[in-house]
Amino acid sequence: MFEALSDKLSGVFDRLRGRGTLGEADVAEALREVRLALLDADVALPVVRDFIARVRERAVGAEVLESVTPGQQIVKIVNDALVEQLGGAGAVPVNLNAAAPIPILMVGLQGSGKTTTAGKLGLRIQTRERRRVLLASLDTQRPAAQLQLQQLGERAGVTSLPIVAGQTPVEIARRALDTARREVFDVVILDTAGRLSIDAALMDEVRAIRDVAAPAETLLVVDAMTGQDAVNTARAFNEALGVTGIVLTRMDGDARGGAALSMRAVTGAPIKLAGTGEKLEALEDFHPERVAGRILGLGDVVGLVEKA
Amino acid sequence: SRSTQKLSDGITGAFTRRKLDDAALEELEETLIAADLGTEVAARVIAAFRRTRFGREVTDEEVKTALAGEIAEILAPVARPLEIDPAHKPFVVLVVGVNGTGKTTTIGKLAQHYAEAGLRPMLVAGDTFRAAAVEQLQIWGQRTSAPVIAGAANADAAGLAFEALTRAAAEGADVVLIDTAGRLHNKSVLMEELRKIIRVIRKHDPSAPHATLLVLDATTGQNAIQQVRVFKEMVDITGLIVTKLDGSARGGIVVALAEAFGLPVHAVGVGEQAADLRPFDAEDYARGLVGT
Ligand SMILES: Nc1nc2c(ncn2[C@@H]2O[C@H](COP(=O)(O)OP(=O)(O)OP(=O)(O)O)[C@@H](O)[C@H]2O)c(=O)[nH]1
Ligand SMILES: Nc1nc2c(ncn2[C@@H]2O[C@H](COP(=O)(O)OP(=O)(O)OP(=O)(O)O)[C@@H](O)[C@H]2O)c(=O)[nH]1
Ligand SMILES: [Mg+2]
Ligand SMILES: [Mg+2]
Repeated sequence: MFEALSDKLSGVFDRLRGRGTLGEADVAEALREVRLALLDADVALPVVRDFIARVRERAVGAEVLESVTPGQQIVKIVNDALVEQLGGAGAVPVNLNAAAPIPILMVGLQGSGKTTTAGKLGLRIQTRERRRVLLASLDTQRPAAQLQLQQLGERAGVTSLPIVAGQTPVEIARRALDTARREVFDVVILDTAGRLSIDAALMDEVRAIRDVAAPAETLLVVDAMTGQDAVNTARAFNEALGVTGIVLTRMDGDARGGAALSMRAVTGAPIKLAGTGEKLEALEDFHPERVAGRILGLGDVVGLVEKA
Repeated sequence: SRSTQKLSDGITGAFTRRKLDDAALEELEETLIAADLGTEVAARVIAAFRRTRFGREVTDEEVKTALAGEIAEILAPVARPLEIDPAHKPFVVLVVGVNGTGKTTTIGKLAQHYAEAGLRPMLVAGDTFRAAAVEQLQIWGQRTSAPVIAGAANADAAGLAFEALTRAAAEGADVVLIDTAGRLHNKSVLMEELRKIIRVIRKHDPSAPHATLLVLDATTGQNAIQQVRVFKEMVDITGLIVTKLDGSARGGIVVALAEAFGLPVHAVGVGEQAADLRPFDAEDYARGLVGT
């Protein structure tokens, strides 16, 4: 699948071979293919539009290097713009520069991977940063959700807040913070129930949780397989809560992951982490360069231009 | 909110006639793309539409109704409920899919549905991997008064399924709903495990499973095509259930799936409660996609 796309792009681009600067018509033709490639990779339509406009500006009139084709030149321009949009080179760490206990709030749609990521993040902070982590599930909706986080905590060797039946999410958030202060935890990870961005009652609830917890990080957990709806979800959660970071789960799948670009474009928040499996260790830093190539379905073209 | 936006769009556009020209068609194509139909399917639907209606004076309302009709025609052949054949007792349903799509919840909803239809469902906690997956299904068993067969943590799912079928036969269950752990289709070891469950089930009943349902999240984009392709190839899925249609995602990928595979879509999930399962209605679904 990746190869087919790459071929299609170079097919168009090869027709542009051997001219000094990139003309408007050439660029337009190439960008039609890029537009389709981005849409097929699930980048949301309004985000694609903005992106294409930006690339067009950069590409028209650009000097073509001797050793590459104009097509390869455009691919390079597109790729660079994509990396930039995804946050530039390198990874942005989870913010732990706050007074202990540092609250981290996990939010997102149903089934996106919040609880699993809470467990993974707890393990990571505890082992890598050597800080004491408390896990707390505020999910009173999904059957056995609190038990799920507790079991993940046991597997990871991270403490979880004792389950008390009948408490509201806000009450659990208060109890988690009290417990963390009293028992001197450095970080408190607050897992919340999955919710639809159009569910007004549950969006109010998570706002109330945010107000009580005053999190240092509000992480929006998103499935890498998400389609065009990514923009709606991103906008709604960001407007309601102010998202400070994004976690992209299921990057171990074969989705092209265009939702990453949509999420980032809409919220402006950096993608901080990538989930790469079901195991507790399967959490990695997010690398914009790699994901850009994945979205475009490009392998060596960029490297080729880089060497030129 | 979504509904107010829809309403105001409708008021400005609904009653003014304009020519269905290239620009108008492009706009419609983008509506379809934004609903996850994919660029190819959207282009094909619009091309067919253009042949019949290009250049006419139409209102937005007329256009949308006609377009929904076009899409409903693609969807109509796959709108087929899951029939429980009483010749198989128990009728064995294996529920599969990638992580987090709603398999366990859907089993709870199906249990409720069959119990209301006067059948005796039995649930099998075949996800022995994910934290608290067994307990989650057990709560669904309590909610729907269906017995749940569960093994020890990390037990072999295939062995558990075999044991469950023996018990289901002894206890006179009509429908056995087997939950499985979520798995990505590109993980061959996990897919092989699913095949093993089927092989072992067949030692009990060579005709089972009588249905293998792939549960698909409506929020999923183009990757759903790959999911269906691989699950179909590996475990011969017989039908789909699409979940989370109560959200803002429109689930347009189902149109692409209907064209590519023609697998029945048995039902849709519209919430987190036991009653939140609906029949798949081609016309409703198509209207939802074009936003009428
Ligand atoms: N393959 C893969 N599976 C993942 C990843 N992250 C989470 N999962 C799986 O996705 C499924 C759902 O994860 P949960 O953590 O329960 O998701 P959630 O967002 O807490 O779900 P709700 O609380 O119901 O909204 C589980 O089967 C997880 O094992 C990932 O990065 N890769
Ligand atoms: N809004 C909405 N939520 C749903 C629907 N179906 C399932 N969910 C929610 O989606 C989340 C995941 O559902 P599960 O049934 O645990 O999904 P699963 O496929 O069994 O997940 P794994 O076993 O971890 O792969 C839960 O929070 C469910 O409540 C639906 O139709 N609408
Ligand atoms: Mg959860
Ligand atoms: Mg499950």
